[in-house]
Amino acid sequence: MGKFRKDSGKELPAINTSALPDIVFMLLFFFMVSTTMKEVDLKVQVKIPSATEVKKLEKKSLVSYINVGAPKDQFRKLFGTEPRIQLNDQFANVSDIGDYIESERIQRDEKEVPLMTTSLKVDAKTKMGIVSDIKQELRRVSALKINYSTRKGIKEN
Amino acid sequence: MPKKLPEYNAASLADIAFMLLIFFLVTTTMDTDLGISTMLPPPVPEDQENDDKIKERNIFVVLINKNDQLLVEGKLMHIRNLKEEAKEFIENPARDENLPEFKEKEVDFFGLVEVSKQVISLQNDRGTSYGLYVQVQNELAMAYNELRDELSLRKFGKKYDDLDKAHKSAVKKIFPKSISEAEPKNYGGN
Repeated sequence: MGKFRKDSGKELPAINTSALPDIVFMLLFFFMVSTTMKEVDLKVQVKIPSATEVKKLEKKSLVSYINVGAPKDQFRKLFGTEPRIQLNDQFANVSDIGDYIESERIQRDEKEVPLMTTSLKVDAKTKMGIVSDIKQELRRVSALKINYSTRKGIKEN
Repeated sequence: MPKKLPEYNAASLADIAFMLLIFFLVTTTMDTDLGISTMLPPPVPEDQENDDKIKERNIFVVLINKNDQLLVEGKLMHIRNLKEEAKEFIENPARDENLPEFKEKEVDFFGLVEVSKQVISLQNDRGTSYGLYVQVQNELAMAYNELRDELSLRKFGKKYDDLDKAHKSAVKKIFPKSISEAEPKNYGGN
């Protein structure tokens, strides 16, 4: 039958790849959009200590951060060189932590509140005084799960 | 009729897009948060009196002063020796009279075992540096982790982290992490 004749002599037609970039661009946009990080502008210098017995912080959405360190150069004039606390975008005092934790709690589901963790990103050179104050304040508002943020490091000694 | 424009070759456009894609994939490695997790003790009601006394031999006292020196059980100690000392205290292999007591306890998979009544008491000054504090926490955590690892290897032939949940909690019951932090005091000023 003539209808099904073999065209063995001809080359295979090239696959039309003009849609491939579209697919890849779609992937690209997906990753670009989904990896928008919630970057907080750090106003304090934080060089966290290193430790070996570290655990990963799970459920990032349930973590609230407290940064402690000396103010960066451009804020020294106003805030001095003593370590300060930064919550969200602003400098804060120990007494503001209660409110901060409360506002973080309101944003979450009631069921998730006991699972919430407070991550302390504290500069290694900070004195414990301010850290103890923060811990006492966290205890007062019953935010008991805390995590001392560290880098994974090799043992120094 | 005008001549049809020749189709341009779009095959390499995909390569360019892939390159961009890979660039973003590589550069947006989100920094995973690592750290030492602990629980703070619940707030103490003001009218409560502290009368639950723990025997002296069951407490491992670690003091850190404002010059970042360690006083462990009354002895000045370098931090590199802390882990071994803590391990010996927790395990008390020789059943030393000055080291913690044991209580018999029923634990799954192990049966009746002796569980140490150990408590590590950590106290720091307001002038202690945070870096050293974390290091001490780290050493103590390592002491517990190594003991758990040793026990897991002996019993199950696997490291503690590779055990399943039930086994893990059994091992945890034998070596419970009990680090108590005293209310902060100000000895030396900031």
